[in-house]
Amino acid sequence: MGDLFANIADFWGMVRFPLGAALCLGGGILCLIGSVGVLRFPDFYTRLHAASITDTAGAILILLGMGLMAPGWLVVSKLVAIFVFLFLTGPASSHAAANAAHTAGLQPVIGPIGQRSDDDDEAA
Amino acid sequence: MAYFLGLLVALVGFWLGMSGHFSPLLLTFGAVSVAVCLILAYRLDIIDREGAPYVRILGYAMYFPWLMKEIVKANITVIRACVKADLDIVPALVKVKTTCRTDLAKVTFANSITLTPGTVTVEVEGDKMLVHALYEQEAQPEAFEDMDRRSRIAADGKGADA
Repeated sequence: MGDLFANIADFWGMVRFPLGAALCLGGGILCLIGSVGVLRFPDFYTRLHAASITDTAGAILILLGMGLMAPGWLVVSKLVAIFVFLFLTGPASSHAAANAAHTAGLQPVIGPIGQRSDDDDEAA
Repeated sequence: MAYFLGLLVALVGFWLGMSGHFSPLLLTFGAVSVAVCLILAYRLDIIDREGAPYVRILGYAMYFPWLMKEIVKANITVIRACVKADLDIVPALVKVKTTCRTDLAKVTFANSITLTPGTVTVEVEGDKMLVHALYEQEAQPEAFEDMDRRSRIAADGKGADA
């Protein structure tokens, strides 16, 4: 039985770093996709949605990856603190930006955007 | 008193997690810091249900996995919208009515909406929220009913059904 646990621990030690690195890479790619969305979307409010990918999915994956690669529980506890504060303050700042734009009178673009008809494709 | 104890435990845990040293000198520094924080919080009069919401930690622990699931689902939608060759978004402003009574529940609900990609709370007024969504068809008021109910239970407990 002790043998089995030792094997599992060995396996975990071997798999930990590649897995953490893969998660970090995935998070980085998601952040990149979020940036692409920020560049492509038409107005302020929709760009905020694209930025929230970076806020949530990217941050979660990168923090998970760093947690897997962490050398000890002390680092993990700090990462957990970062996670909690990010989740409390992220939406608050998004809301503050959106609310400020709304209060200042910025009108959002409403309705279907960029749905090109076949005629446009042929013309282009 | 329960709020005070909750804040004390949270601050001590936070200090230990941040420092990781257990020498007498640093433990003394920690005790002094925690004491100063508690005194300041007491003088600011923020040791109440919102300043130390640790009594509701069980409710939030039950709410969190569901919220994570929603975040992952919404992320996939928005990522697809970002990388699609043709933009096909349908932005819309929708009014969402909430059944949350307390401020804490409203904050939980509004933050949950903002946290899920594709929807952002633009304005909160009384029990109505103005939500900007990336896809109109996915942001009908019924889509938020489940989240509304769950965040109310998380923040106020089951007894708060109005």
